[in-house]
Amino acid sequence: MMSLKEFENRNVSEGAYYKVDIPDYPETGWEKAKQVFSRAIKGELFVGLYIVMREMIKFDIHTVQYPKEKLPIGPRYRAVHEMQRLWESGTERCIGCGLCEKICISDCIRMDTKIDEQSRKQVTEYTINLGRCIFCGYCAEVCPELAIVHGGRYENTSEQRAHYIGYEDMLTPFDMAVKGQVAEYPGFGAITPHEDERVKSTPLAY
Amino acid sequence: MSEITITIDGREIKTEEGELILNAARANDIFIPAICYLTRCSPTLACRICLVEADGKQVYACNSKSKDGMQITTSTETIEAERRAIMEVYDVNHPLECGVCDQSGECELQNYTLEVGIDAQSYAIKDTFKPVQNWGLINYDPALCIMCERCTTVCKDMIGDGALSTKPRNGDTIDETFKESMPKDAYAMWNKLNKSLIQPNAGDTLDCTDCGECTAVCPVGALVSSDFQYTSNAWELSQVPATCSHCSAGCQIQYDVKHATIDNPEPKIYRVKNEWNYVSLCGAGRYGYDFENRVEAKDEAAFANAIEAFEKADTITFDSQITNEEALILQKLKESRGYRLINDEARKFAEFMKAYSAISGTATYKTPLKAVNGANFVISVGSSIKTDNPNARFAMNNAMIMNKGAALYFHPVADPVVDDMGKNILSVNHAPMQEEAVMYLILDLFSKKEALPADVAEYLTSFHSMKTITVTETIKEKVVEIVKEMKVNEETGEEEEVEVEKSKMVPKKVDKDVEVDENRLLEIVNAPKTFETAMEKMLAKKDRFALMVGPDFYSHPNAANLARLVALVEKYTDFSVTMIPEKGNTLGVAMICDLDTEAGSSTIGYNVKGDFTLSATGNGDLDMPAMNQQEGTLTSIQLRVNPTNAALGYKGYELNDIANALGLNAKLTVDYTVKLGEIDGFKSENFDDLPNHYTNKGEEMRGYELTVNEVVTSGDESVAPFDEAAAMDEAMVYRGNPTLQFNDFTNKSHQLNETAALYVSSDYAIANELSEGDTVLVETTKGSMEFNVKIDSKIGGDIPFVPSFDSNLNSEALFNDYRFSNATIKKV
Repeated sequence: MMSLKEFENRNVSEGAYYKVDIPDYPETGWEKAKQVFSRAIKGELFVGLYIVMREMIKFDIHTVQYPKEKLPIGPRYRAVHEMQRLWESGTERCIGCGLCEKICISDCIRMDTKIDEQSRKQVTEYTINLGRCIFCGYCAEVCPELAIVHGGRYENTSEQRAHYIGYEDMLTPFDMAVKGQVAEYPGFGAITPHEDERVKSTPLAY
Repeated sequence: MSEITITIDGREIKTEEGELILNAARANDIFIPAICYLTRCSPTLACRICLVEADGKQVYACNSKSKDGMQITTSTETIEAERRAIMEVYDVNHPLECGVCDQSGECELQNYTLEVGIDAQSYAIKDTFKPVQNWGLINYDPALCIMCERCTTVCKDMIGDGALSTKPRNGDTIDETFKESMPKDAYAMWNKLNKSLIQPNAGDTLDCTDCGECTAVCPVGALVSSDFQYTSNAWELSQVPATCSHCSAGCQIQYDVKHATIDNPEPKIYRVKNEWNYVSLCGAGRYGYDFENRVEAKDEAAFANAIEAFEKADTITFDSQITNEEALILQKLKESRGYRLINDEARKFAEFMKAYSAISGTATYKTPLKAVNGANFVISVGSSIKTDNPNARFAMNNAMIMNKGAALYFHPVADPVVDDMGKNILSVNHAPMQEEAVMYLILDLFSKKEALPADVAEYLTSFHSMKTITVTETIKEKVVEIVKEMKVNEETGEEEEVEVEKSKMVPKKVDKDVEVDENRLLEIVNAPKTFETAMEKMLAKKDRFALMVGPDFYSHPNAANLARLVALVEKYTDFSVTMIPEKGNTLGVAMICDLDTEAGSSTIGYNVKGDFTLSATGNGDLDMPAMNQQEGTLTSIQLRVNPTNAALGYKGYELNDIANALGLNAKLTVDYTVKLGEIDGFKSENFDDLPNHYTNKGEEMRGYELTVNEVVTSGDESVAPFDEAAAMDEAMVYRGNPTLQFNDFTNKSHQLNETAALYVSSDYAIANELSEGDTVLVETTKGSMEFNVKIDSKIGGDIPFVPSFDSNLNSEALFNDYRFSNATIKKV
């Protein structure tokens, strides 16, 4: 058993070191060849080969045929961003508040806004540099409108390190939203259940 | 004022007797929340959040003066309860649109809501319908307004437009039960808030000089710049401290810069902000910021041509919109290569100051503009003050309101903006060329005659005469009337008519001859009949006098005599004298450059047309950086050398590159900042060591102050009499700009861009049957020019303004040096 006293001895050089049993390095060509064979050819090799053969004959294969086939992704998985629309009316949810741009720790979000014809704030351009994005999910979490969310698309192959996606790429197609084909987003950044119980009510004069 | 000691939260601090508790606390970095208070304006008492306990009594820190030994606590349980209730009230019905609001991130409502820690709401009232209003450059969203009234306060107390006021809100009354349940001050504050809204006095839109200071002071997003609205969040912008170069006020500004768009990473200026507690901007400073000269690369061919032109030239003409460093480079080029430097406007100012110093004994004028803010009797002469230097107008207005002051405004052109500044300002519209008479009048009214040089005193006496005038006086007179009355005769017992004598006092008007002193100077300067009686009222309890003289004087044919008169006024009256330099850095150029009168045969023009033109507006032979792309210093009316930084990059050549090619040697233009020390009045300071901010105390930590050097005077104080016959009384024009315009740079800004026109008052337009857009031919002895007519509600009288802000027009060619010129104006 180790005791505290041994830990208190900080002078580790006293009997604390011991030599590891390492054979000498091979020097001649013959010794080297001998070492290669003794390391490569072992009984376990054939155990492995046997298992592969056995499973092949059984035809019960679990391999996912990626990219033809993909595993389902959990709803709270954080992959490439999507921009939501309001259900039914199809209005863009993003109000251009810029919180995602501010909170982004890898500084990969940028947006341009202007005042539109109805005196509302309009997002004219919105980009995410996926080459820099670390998919931390802060943007989705901070979004007050549940506009930016993380989708399930996790493939980001690109010819360039700086790979941008724009607002249009991320936005839910208008017809899908209007047809009600988009379900209320349950994933990362959505309000947690039982939120109602935690909210304090405000008096109303109506 | 004496220094006293007060204790705030157990900390002993030194302050001055009578200083407001809030300001004393701020000066010592003690935080007292306050929303509606503006440092240089009168307390509004709208927010009531600055409650403190002074000597056991609850007072408002923004309107209570400190007394020696005062014990102040900034937070007690009741005060905290009040503050919480006040912030909850502010949050009642405040739209939850921080996400899109422009003020988000720098919003005082957001800050104080978080500071006080509001996490629940206890109050409620029905909201009213308040649609958004667009007032041109400004956008007002009444739904966001918290009725702190900072906009109306700054407009009245600082700017002098008084263009905003409160109107009834017409909402529900507050629920009775709240009166009992909520803290007292919070209820009172809510009551006030619930009664009113902000409205422009002119009706649906704003009729003012468009300074935009109301948007600067607005603590929430209710008043915002229309152009800036929804273009950027505050936290995305980076701040570049700078100095406004449009006029000589040299206001502290801050350029807010961000990339232009996602596709264009080039920096762009989104807006200009100012430290509004200590400096107020005019509209040109606030909206005229994007005048940069975008140059893609160094144009080597043009640069080679420039060097060639410089080798050949013998003259450099330039205007005063340059930094001190550039002026020093030009001066050094003159010294090393013998160029003549031509800048008539700065030369005339230098000559004026020289003539002034012959009597005053100082190289420049001695008093910065901030003395006007502290004065209680202000006179402005020789300047169309609202457009020559808006800050001088703000100072005059501020003095009138905050110091219970009065002011006299002498100028040939009637100015409705000045007249609207209150009943304590008296405008005198004298004839052009009678400025000397005005100066004599000031000497006559304010100097001690015994001290004046004998010949001046004698000359002044010659305008006085005793005159017998008939005064109508009302006296009470005893009138005896005989009235018939019915009386019972005691003997007969019958009623009979008796005559009774009755006397009563009846007021009666009598004409009376009185001997009075008549001052003919008043008639000469065209003073209103009520001048003397008005002055008597205006001068009551006045002890701090300030005089501002303006650019009309410097280009005046008798400028030297005027300068001597100005010096006499300063010497023999209680007035301090501030001179308003005409352009951005006229004072700096006048001090640094040794300017010549006659141009040579081949000229280089810098921002002025020459045989070879260097231009920061982009229409010359070689591009130069504009003021927002340059580092350097500017000399302001405050007798201060203020640093300005480059907000935007510049890829082309600058004056320093040319100077280096011509044999001078400096890596950067700002390497000349330290060399300014060679010039009398300037200091040897490195550019990078110059600060540019205000402290919590309100101290101006910007650059350094000029040293006003003494010069030897000859003791000759003679001044020439004025020529009454020289008064101009025919049709004439005035060289002056409309509000918001100063030069090509203000005009180049996208928010201020306008086509130069002949600006006339509506009275003039009616009298001459002109309407907006008519084309007229203006003819003077120097030439003629066509203009469109623009009716400007901000000018009065019958003298039209010929603008000089657009150098392409070269309207200055219409004038001799003097800013007034006889002219015939014909409709074409």
